[in-house]
Amino acid sequence: MKPSDWLMINQQPFKIAIASGKGGTGKTTLSVNLAAYIAEQEDVVLVDLDVEEPNSGLFFEGKLVHEEDNLKMIPQWDESLCTLCGLCPKVCNFHAIMQLGPTILVFPELCHSCYACAELCPVNALPMTPKVIGKLRDYQVDKLHFVESRLNIGEEQAVASIAKTKKYVAGKYAEVRIALFDSPPGTSCPVIEATKDADFVILITEPTPFGLHDLTLAVETMRKLEKPFGVVVNRDGIGNDEVLRYCKAENIPVLARIPNSRKIAELYSAGKLIYPEFPEIRESLGHILDYCLSTAERSPA
Amino acid sequence: MKIAFTAAGTNWDSMIDPRFGRTEYIVIHDENSEELIAIDNSAVKNEAHGAGTATSQRIFELKPDVLITGNGPGDTAAKALAHMKMKIFVGAQDMTLKQAYEKYKSGELKEV
Amino acid sequence: MKEIVIISGKGGTGKTSITASFAVLGGTNVVLADCDVDAADMHLLMQPDFGNEHDFYSGELAYIDQSNCTRCGLCRQICRFDAISVIDGEYVVAPIDCEGCGYCARVCPTKTIINKKLLAGKWYISNIKTGSQMVHARLETGADNSGKLVAKVKDEAKAIALGKRKDYILVDGSPGVGCPVVSSLSGANFVVLVTEPSVSGLHDLKRVHQLVKKFNIRAGCIINKADINPGLSNDIKLFLEKENIAHLADLPYNEDFTMAMTQGETIVEYRQGTLTALIKESWEKIKVLTNQNKIK
Repeated sequence: MKPSDWLMINQQPFKIAIASGKGGTGKTTLSVNLAAYIAEQEDVVLVDLDVEEPNSGLFFEGKLVHEEDNLKMIPQWDESLCTLCGLCPKVCNFHAIMQLGPTILVFPELCHSCYACAELCPVNALPMTPKVIGKLRDYQVDKLHFVESRLNIGEEQAVASIAKTKKYVAGKYAEVRIALFDSPPGTSCPVIEATKDADFVILITEPTPFGLHDLTLAVETMRKLEKPFGVVVNRDGIGNDEVLRYCKAENIPVLARIPNSRKIAELYSAGKLIYPEFPEIRESLGHILDYCLSTAERSPA
Repeated sequence: MKIAFTAAGTNWDSMIDPRFGRTEYIVIHDENSEELIAIDNSAVKNEAHGAGTATSQRIFELKPDVLITGNGPGDTAAKALAHMKMKIFVGAQDMTLKQAYEKYKSGELKEV
Repeated sequence: MKEIVIISGKGGTGKTSITASFAVLGGTNVVLADCDVDAADMHLLMQPDFGNEHDFYSGELAYIDQSNCTRCGLCRQICRFDAISVIDGEYVVAPIDCEGCGYCARVCPTKTIINKKLLAGKWYISNIKTGSQMVHARLETGADNSGKLVAKVKDEAKAIALGKRKDYILVDGSPGVGCPVVSSLSGANFVVLVTEPSVSGLHDLKRVHQLVKKFNIRAGCIINKADINPGLSNDIKLFLEKENIAHLADLPYNEDFTMAMTQGETIVEYRQGTLTALIKESWEKIKVLTNQNKIK
């Protein structure tokens, strides 16, 4: 069976997550260029899951096709029912509820929506209610569909917004063959939420000691999640060959090497795509895509 | 009047702890009785999240009229303290409690 | 003793390389604190000996004692994070999904669920090549950086600085605008913002500066790779002027940063050129501004 056949019968897009151990290694650069490249041929969804700082949108001027609120459930105090028994602040492990004399105060930013206070309240005086914590926006430029969620400032529960955004994409773009997920940086919960149901993860790094160190952490995370993954080396030519040696020793495929160039840095800083100016990068994008899709054939799980 | 300080130690010569939520001690000075009481806040300091509200809850229970601290409380703590109508004076980092109290008395600390 | 915090909002701006350079310039008079625990890279430039290692516990994790479990299934029913599943007839908690809210433990009829302190990582006090010391940490995969770990690292650094009568603590701050960066800033005497002239660089600079302002901390800014986009560099300078942030330096796009890093060195050790001169100048300015930052 050809990968394309398998993808046709699978009712969901092939999900490629682009991640990195630390910020600033070229995650967004790769995501937007790969998305624009695919969109030359076919429909593709690019999803920015870096909900605290979504930056992919700075590269496209799309038409807004859909907008909706991202909600999280928080307890809402019903003064008329409350007996001030003092249980709710005690059951909240996150200190999101305070009892100040005759008043119960809820701090939505600290709430993890565990429902303990609401369901353990003996008189049902803290019913869970939705609160807007950010917005999901869906843009379109020709064949490129671009979805981002942005948390309101002060909101910290990134994971819920990431989960919701993935759900939206799965529902609306089930017919699209490929979806790209620009993940938040690091190795903590938001990254795990962003990558845990990807079909393939691209880890992008730089060939420097910092890059190598952060890559090893990201690899550790991906192995824990049991994800198939490959590495793209950005700014190839600076630094040393330790990253390549590490990948070889660990049997990790290196999908592409994007050359180091001041011109690329300039294009990025101005919010422009790079592959139209560099034929070799166009070629690399093609190679990356082929590799990702070929893994679908090997492990149709 | 009861004055609360965020403090790195337990007496008048201790430094102000510039942090609110994760302060080492809360020290209360009762101007009437001239007493100085120090409350160890290390349990709150060791909370992963919500240190600001947890310390605010303690402040509420101690019922001071004025709070003197360093950088000032973060967003959530500020909300909780506002609810108590607490008078908050900031900018007392790098001072001992005694110095901070004098500056407060002479109106040289900034109120938020 | 003064606390100087270096933050950037966005990753990849050269914050750690610049902080490490300041640490070298400050020598034995500077205690380092690496609070960028999500991407803790400082140790790669500082040759730490990892001399003093400690476990770091943060948050909680539900644990089900199988011997007392009656398999009633209540915990699984109430868990909003789908963290409890049945494997071979036993109810087990998936650590990666558990938020540590403690709800299951509260409702378990046989009290067989306990909340264990979660081992979130390790922290170290190391002797480093500058002849001084550094406090740093490493998080377990999937563990969240928290205000608590940042506070811990800073507290230890402060204790060393006070005990050994050092003049400065240099803090490599956390990224983003959340709880860890708030904890990085809390207690600081001066903040150095490192940015770059890209659309995202300016955007993130503005966001993180909102926090700095809230804490009434004096700030200075270094624009790295300033020549890569002169127009945006100019926009950044206008912003600095408007917000009364000291403009410390414009650093040119220069691959010596990377070359130095490859040798495990900071730029000020690697080459005595324009870049090193600019960083030295910045460090002198920072010291002056930090000590001027007197009580209002």
